Amino acid sequence: MSRFEVADLPWLRPVPPDFRRTCKEMAAAPAVSGASLRDLSDHAHDLNGLIRLAKVIQSAEERIERDGALSPVSLGLLSSATTDYLAPAIVASGPRHGILPNLFVAEYGQFAQEVFGDDTPLQGSKPDAVLLAFDPRALGFAGSEIDPGAAEARVADALYQVANLAEGIRSRVGASVVLQTLAVPPEPWCGHYDRRVAGALASMIASFNDRLARFASESGSLVLDVAALADLVGRVTWHDHAQWHSAKLPFALELTPLYADHVARLLAALRGKARKCLVLDLDNTIWGGVIGDDGLEGIRIGQGSAEGEAFLAVQAYALGLKKRGVILAVCSKNEEENALQPFREHPDMLLREEDIAVFVANWQDKATNVREIARRLNIGTDALVFLDDNPAERARIRQMLPEVAVPEVPEDPAFYPAAVAHSGFFETISLSAEDFQRAESYRANAARTSAMEKMGSLDEYLASLDMVCDLAPFDTVGRARITQLTNKSNQFNLTTRRYTEREIEEMETDPRCFTLQVRLTDKFGDNGMISVVVFKRTADDPEAWECDTWLMSCRVLGRRVEEAALAAVVGGALEAGARRLIGLYLPTAKNKMVADHFGKLGFVKISEEANGSSRWQLDLSEYERRSLPMRLTGALAPESA
Amino acid sequence: MSRDDVMRKVSDIFCDVMDLDEVDLKDETTADDVDEWDSLSHVRLIVSVEKAFSIKFSNAEIAELSRFGDLIDAILAKTAT
Repeated sequence: MSRFEVADLPWLRPVPPDFRRTCKEMAAAPAVSGASLRDLSDHAHDLNGLIRLAKVIQSAEERIERDGALSPVSLGLLSSATTDYLAPAIVASGPRHGILPNLFVAEYGQFAQEVFGDDTPLQGSKPDAVLLAFDPRALGFAGSEIDPGAAEARVADALYQVANLAEGIRSRVGASVVLQTLAVPPEPWCGHYDRRVAGALASMIASFNDRLARFASESGSLVLDVAALADLVGRVTWHDHAQWHSAKLPFALELTPLYADHVARLLAALRGKARKCLVLDLDNTIWGGVIGDDGLEGIRIGQGSAEGEAFLAVQAYALGLKKRGVILAVCSKNEEENALQPFREHPDMLLREEDIAVFVANWQDKATNVREIARRLNIGTDALVFLDDNPAERARIRQMLPEVAVPEVPEDPAFYPAAVAHSGFFETISLSAEDFQRAESYRANAARTSAMEKMGSLDEYLASLDMVCDLAPFDTVGRARITQLTNKSNQFNLTTRRYTEREIEEMETDPRCFTLQVRLTDKFGDNGMISVVVFKRTADDPEAWECDTWLMSCRVLGRRVEEAALAAVVGGALEAGARRLIGLYLPTAKNKMVADHFGKLGFVKISEEANGSSRWQLDLSEYERRSLPMRLTGALAPESA
Repeated sequence: MSRDDVMRKVSDIFCDVMDLDEVDLKDETTADDVDEWDSLSHVRLIVSVEKAFSIKFSNAEIAELSRFGDLIDAILAKTAT
């Protein structure tokens, strides 16, 4: 029976034989592209390899080209154990998830001072997130307690220590907090009775972990579930007592690459880099055999054979992802009719045509098709994961579209779900009702795109959509989604300012801020929140409001939603006695599409810098509201003329 | 495996762990002779050696290894059939 050894990161390719030479070349090169660091990181490096790569990254520093492949993330690390390996391992694992981590390790024994003091180095490092990497011993769990009162006190005290630091990090350091659950040491106290007595170490830690998860939800913190990671590899493997005794290593050294990969994927999800769509091959990926040759009766899917059951599990896994908002697409080399037939007619298929947002089956090169899938969904190719049993097809996609995530899969399809699941490309840090509806809305949107192609004029088409656009200020209900959008939006984003949930919350009551969340429904369905706009009273010019944030989902391009948003801003500005709106465009590698956004809305360009950034002005006395092909609702909707 | 074979293999591992292109390791070489060989890289060296030869050292055994030659002797002892 084959095994899938998670600790070896088998969904990543083996380290290339010329890895050391490539590192030397990069260390000497005048410039290093973010994309090349990403590609180099994207292999199953052991700790020695990660340390070597981290040296290259850290010495490359200013030589790294800002090509958009990597987002910088500053991480503060608070740990009571040896961190010397963790830091370089996290730095080197980051690029495979699209981030460039910069670590600040706080001195052991100084945590309270670093967090609560004034002008501390931790605060000065301006971290985006701080990871509280504590093990049971550091939180006072030395052994089991016979008295349930003492057990409760231990758990409460441990939680208090963590919560106190977490609150300090949010308020004094201004960073997101990443909390770690605790792995249970493998030696039982009573044995099978441990679970039934509150004072057993295993029970106390389980109680702590539960309360930590609740605290995370209440405080808007992230969780790195180390308890689950330890369970994944086995707690006997996770804990190496000899290494703890000799070098204070928090877990077995060999698991450092796995741990670092999990930290990196969580930070990437925080940065909005989690993938959105799973592109599935068909033959020998979601059924056994080749539909074009074997026909409907010949393909193996369903109960009755080990092979059929394995592929059923792949389909079940894909459906599970769809339930939480991952979009499913198909990319197959087949006649379209043949490819569709099992979805329409095979009784044992779990995946049906309506589960697939974009279905591409033809004889074209897969790279071309994958690009087309991204285009039809209006998402970047860097939001895709490509699952294909054929190593040649995988290699082709990696070569032509290196930003697409392509997990390595073993020969045995029984492990395909594991390869995708453990790769972490779909890691999420929150779930909302919109996530549950997303797959359906993307499918509906792809349907809209086809409808659009058939309709005549744009205005006819827009009017036929029966759009309702809701314009409202920021509120508690929308807060998580607003935060998510500020972190994920790259293309239609004028200033690309990333905010934490705490910062968004502050804007809700800041009298200098005009906040706007825009929702859109149409006859195909509810698009949810699709635009976020923030204008601020300027310090030097009280009659002007300057645009701090203007972003919109690319799903609703061309619907004239921007004009509706502008009408809401103008209404608010006039009511407050302002006379001018100032627009700001800060160019990035991804937002060229909005360089003329303010121009299209009637603003006049007042200045432009060498780097491409521009300032625009709209004199409110010259604003004319045009009628729009949608109904406007919400607290900020302007009264009908 | 001959003693020379083991020395060659461990030297390769040593270079991988310490990120060196080449190193001249003799029986008398100690951590004092190599800049990169400190207490932390020593842990990585031991773990890498354990994995490469499918052997395990206890902390007590590790504490006895002060010269490169000691490490080679220990590997030979553990891999002898």
